Amino acid sequence: MSRLLKWVRAHLVVLAGILALAYLVLPNLVVLAFSFNKPVGKFNYEWSQFSTDAWTNPCGVADMCGSLALSLQIALLATLGATVLGTMVAFALARYRFRGRAATTALIFLPMAMPEVVMAASLGTLFLNMRIQFGFLTILIAHIMFCLSFVVTAVKARVMSMDPRLEQAAQDLYATPTQTFLRITLPLVAPGIAAGALLSFALSFDDFIITQFNSGPTTVTFPMFVWGASQRGIPVQVNVIGTGMFIAAVVFTVAGQWLANRRKARA
Amino acid sequence: MTEQQPEAATAGGDVRLTGIGKTYGDFTAVQPLDLTVPQGSFFALLGASGCGKTTTLRMIAGLEEPTSGTVLIGGQDVTDLPPYKRPVNTVFQSYALFPHLDIFENVAFGLRRRGKKDVKKQVESMLELVELGQYARRKPHQLSGGQQQRVAVARALINHPQVLLLDEPLGALDLKLRRQMQLELKRIQTEVGITFVHVTHDQEEAMTMADTIAVMNAGRVEQLGAPADLYENPGSTFVANFLGQSNLIAAEVTGSADGDLLLSASGVRLAMPKARCATDATKVYLGVRPEKITLAHASATGDIAEGRNRLQGTVVDSSFIGVSTQYVVRSEGGQEIAVFEQNMDRDIRIAPGAPVVLHWNPAHSFGLDAAQAIDAGTGEAAA
Ligand SMILES: Nc1ncnc2c1ncn2[C@@H]1O[C@H](COP(=O)(O)OP(=O)(O)OP(=O)(O)O)[C@@H](O)[C@H]1O
Ligand SMILES: [Mg+2]
Repeated sequence: MSRLLKWVRAHLVVLAGILALAYLVLPNLVVLAFSFNKPVGKFNYEWSQFSTDAWTNPCGVADMCGSLALSLQIALLATLGATVLGTMVAFALARYRFRGRAATTALIFLPMAMPEVVMAASLGTLFLNMRIQFGFLTILIAHIMFCLSFVVTAVKARVMSMDPRLEQAAQDLYATPTQTFLRITLPLVAPGIAAGALLSFALSFDDFIITQFNSGPTTVTFPMFVWGASQRGIPVQVNVIGTGMFIAAVVFTVAGQWLANRRKARA
Repeated sequence: MTEQQPEAATAGGDVRLTGIGKTYGDFTAVQPLDLTVPQGSFFALLGASGCGKTTTLRMIAGLEEPTSGTVLIGGQDVTDLPPYKRPVNTVFQSYALFPHLDIFENVAFGLRRRGKKDVKKQVESMLELVELGQYARRKPHQLSGGQQQRVAVARALINHPQVLLLDEPLGALDLKLRRQMQLELKRIQTEVGITFVHVTHDQEEAMTMADTIAVMNAGRVEQLGAPADLYENPGSTFVANFLGQSNLIAAEVTGSADGDLLLSASGVRLAMPKARCATDATKVYLGVRPEKITLAHASATGDIAEGRNRLQGTVVDSSFIGVSTQYVVRSEGGQEIAVFEQNMDRDIRIAPGAPVVLHWNPAHSFGLDAAQAIDAGTGEAAA
């Protein structure tokens, strides 16, 4: 009995790790498995027969790949917009004293704190009142808005924790303000910017609520497509896309880790 | 991008500060001060923590905007020039190495910004100089504090600026490496003719390296001069106590005789050269350095030559420290007086409790105004 207890104690951390991993990965494995299913009827919930149909013809479902392309496009543009704008806001907030600074700091947090559906509805109302045509642009504006908070938070933390003497040292060593920014400030703040950008992409890509309230009749994003399809029966191809996204994310993370480790080992 | 090309160190690297001062809100970090550092000299700023040394350096470098006054380098008014246009480099007190660049790139940074190609050889020989040749590809956080400090020195020195500002550049080094770096810095300074402004807590370092020392206290320059001059003729109790150790004896001027002032210290008659008294006041402190005093056992009073200052006392404490013995003697007036004796012919009777006579050549005394605090510059300040 006590030996068993000892064994459990020694391996508890590993055990917990495996359990947590299983909890996170199992749903994805189910999605993967069912991407090889050939369902009978509309719903892909019961295993019937192995097939690679969905994988050989991922765009076989009407409108799905179009919505995927739209989502990727919006996510990329929203990430770009939010990252550039957010980085500038973060520097302004961290470095300068100006009127309205306190208010801006507070407002920047609002999209993170507010219930999404409230924000979505009020934004929709705003666009309606301003007579702006719902569509690509309104979705993009909405996405940039809520991604902005995350970028600002990530970048600002990084800027604030940076030793101002590093920039002074650069200036002391003949670097002009532009050179100082490009060679010292930006590389040191880059991890914060990257974190903000990644978060923005992920948030924008799978946003449903805000998009639903601010999209036009022809702009159906991937999450909206999946939602719509789920009423009628989700096509197997959705599992293929899901698996693809999962693999892309894993590859991205592992590659990042590997690069960081290699840099550490080399140095 | 515009490449700035400050000319290499040529003649005219003198630093002239006129009325330069800095206040933060209503706190005065540096009182308006005038200071001239001649081209090619080694100038040390010495003072207790928080007295404004770093702030003064930063104003020369252009990293701090002075509240008043002007900075001239080599005759050119640089008060309004940004740091990257000044022919000045700084060794920061906190090193400020670039964490994302390796040691080689840290050291090469200044050269590259001035558009120098082929920096490899220069950087490598600079790293050899500070004994960090094999660390070129490490990141700063992989070095010890002392190694980082040497990188900071190398990074500034490699640019051969007209003026090199060093903010306690050797503080984290052990004694051996520190002496070695001091010699190295001094050698480079004389060879290249760079003007060095060196901030330090270490008075020994200041005295061995500098041509001129400015002793700062609470945002003011208390006294400025050659090391020996400051040591022998301190102008204030702060300097007397901060630079080395001094015995200050309260006395009253009673008269004068052939160039000497005659004094009375609670009844005991003492003398000192008029020329060495920094004040006209009648209440003065007579100062004498511990190593200038000789100790004699009370029974040997008769052997003491005429015309020397004498004080009676009792030995309170003695500590043997190798080359010398340090005594603490309580004088008749109740004051504790420090005495350093060379270990030549030790009188074994001189032990705690023994009655002794302290005597010294009146010419080795200096006089200060007694209106000052007698203990200014002692305590933590003497660190
Ligand atoms: N940004 C600032 N705001 C307010 N006070 C400051 C600021 N920078 C420095 N001071 C004050 O100015 C005084 C002088 O600071 P300084 O850094 O020049 O001291 P220092 O002589 O270099 O001391 P140390 O030997 O400890 O480095 C200190 O009392 C410090 O508290
Ligand atoms: Mg300092």
